[in-house]
Amino acid sequence: MTRLLLPILSLLVAGLFAASLLIGPAGLSPVDSLAALIRGDRLAETLVMREIRLPRALLAVLVGAALGLAGAAMQGYLRNPLAEPGLIGVSGSAALGAVLALQTGFAGAYLFALPLSALAGAVVAVLLILMLAGARGGSITLILAGIAVSALAGALTSLVLNLSPNPFAASEIVFWMMGSLVDRSMDHVLLAAPFIALGALVLLTQARALDALTLGEDAAASMGVHLARLRLLLVLGVASMVGAATAVAGAIGFVGLVVPHVLRPLVGARPSALLPASAIGGAALVLMADIAVRLILPERDLKLGVLTALVGAPLFLHLIYKTRAQGL
Amino acid sequence: MAAALALWAGAVAAAPPERVVSINLCTDQLAMMLAAPGQLLSVSHISHDPNVSVMLDTALGYPVNHGQAEEVFRLQPDLVLAGEFTSAYTVGLLRRLGVEVAVLPVVTKLEGIPGNLRAVGALLGREAEAEAQAAKFTATLERLRRHGSTAPRAALHYANNYTSGEHSLAHEILTAAGFRNIAAEAGLAGGGTLAMERLVMLMPDLVISGQAYPGASRSEEVLRHPAMEALRDRHAAGALSDAEWICGTPAVLGAVARLVDLHDAADTP
Repeated sequence: MTRLLLPILSLLVAGLFAASLLIGPAGLSPVDSLAALIRGDRLAETLVMREIRLPRALLAVLVGAALGLAGAAMQGYLRNPLAEPGLIGVSGSAALGAVLALQTGFAGAYLFALPLSALAGAVVAVLLILMLAGARGGSITLILAGIAVSALAGALTSLVLNLSPNPFAASEIVFWMMGSLVDRSMDHVLLAAPFIALGALVLLTQARALDALTLGEDAAASMGVHLARLRLLLVLGVASMVGAATAVAGAIGFVGLVVPHVLRPLVGARPSALLPASAIGGAALVLMADIAVRLILPERDLKLGVLTALVGAPLFLHLIYKTRAQGL
Repeated sequence: MAAALALWAGAVAAAPPERVVSINLCTDQLAMMLAAPGQLLSVSHISHDPNVSVMLDTALGYPVNHGQAEEVFRLQPDLVLAGEFTSAYTVGLLRRLGVEVAVLPVVTKLEGIPGNLRAVGALLGREAEAEAQAAKFTATLERLRRHGSTAPRAALHYANNYTSGEHSLAHEILTAAGFRNIAAEAGLAGGGTLAMERLVMLMPDLVISGQAYPGASRSEEVLRHPAMEALRDRHAAGALSDAEWICGTPAVLGAVARLVDLHDAADTP
């Protein structure tokens, strides 16, 4: 099963990616769409496929992979299934970093200023969470710390957007808190891709160390795991992925909670197997959500976070209930 | 409209008001054009915003109000000019305090503008000035109007992919300048959003983009989206200030004149 899981998930992502390219309000026929995408023969169709739908589908894959992988990695490190970037305020803080960069004009200062600012926001949040809840803190400490960080980041994001001289800024609070991929462009793909790829590389190389950590810190240290180094790389890897994803798509919650939870029984408890599976699973989930928002309300910008929360929040409540039953 | 005019007629029977306060951007413009010296006490603060005010220089000569009942009442006006979208609570409160409030309807047709001028003229007891302005407006509009047989198809594209369909002032401005409106082709009746994909598939000859406001917003990023840039590169394009498009006042002539220039430029290769 484990060996078949990654190919099956990859096939699912490929199918959803194709569906994402073929579904949209313009109502193009599938044949015309693909011909325009590949050959670029007709101007209008080519613009729709290459400049509007392709970046959207690519971003859904990138953002989903980032959130799924970051969630699995945080859960592996904290040995707590509730550690999810959105719930513990990492996405919210990344959004705050992005909003600050955009409203101060710093985002235009140089190419990667926007994702780097979001990354900085995410680093602060991950460090705060590790400091407050740490590897030895229980679930309750983790969730309480997450609530505090999320609330503060959300409030500051609202404040910055309300203070903006731009008449549209305040109405975008919902975008930064719920996330959307509508009308993104290749520029956004190029901004996010390097940081998400780098973060993925860093986290995947730590998979073995996270495996060892499941036996406890002392056992892991005796097996040659450098705990301080692991922590540093984990912080940077998670912040890089979540920061870049949030900078271009807003904060999309629950992906990092749902995906590892669904896949964990299929791959076993080993982080080294769960990390890559969660990345691909995350891509599938965000692609599905992004296709669903186009099918449910094609002319309006329904936010992705609404759908992921509808799936994720009940699961979250279930996990809390289970955790409570275990007396943790 | 007729009912509203009848309502004003009753208010006008008495002597012309001496202390007039306008709390709406569009009534600000009409009042500033028509009021006798000293008759208009205050205009809305929006008229001091260079992004949306066409009569900024004139408006800077008046103190501003923020359209709140309390501050308006303190000015002891004998007439308050408000717009259809002015908060109903503010209007109701002022009326309960015994202040005469005239609510001007939103105009969605160019033909309605002379009527608005005359209505405000009657309210202010400045009928002659209003008549002169109305005649000037009609004459200028007729001089600008383009009927050419080749009507280029234009797309109005604002933040959040907002556009204006058939029953809107913006549509009338486009048509007066000799353009066809692709939003009307797409079946939009009034204002609304048109997904960028659909706009691109309609392949307009001209894209008229909304202005960018200071600060950053995701809503305005669509104006610079590569797909829209590609459409603009293909044909003529213009970025027009919102100020001239907002109000059903003679200010729209500025928008018509600018569009006519774009039209003429497109005609001469």
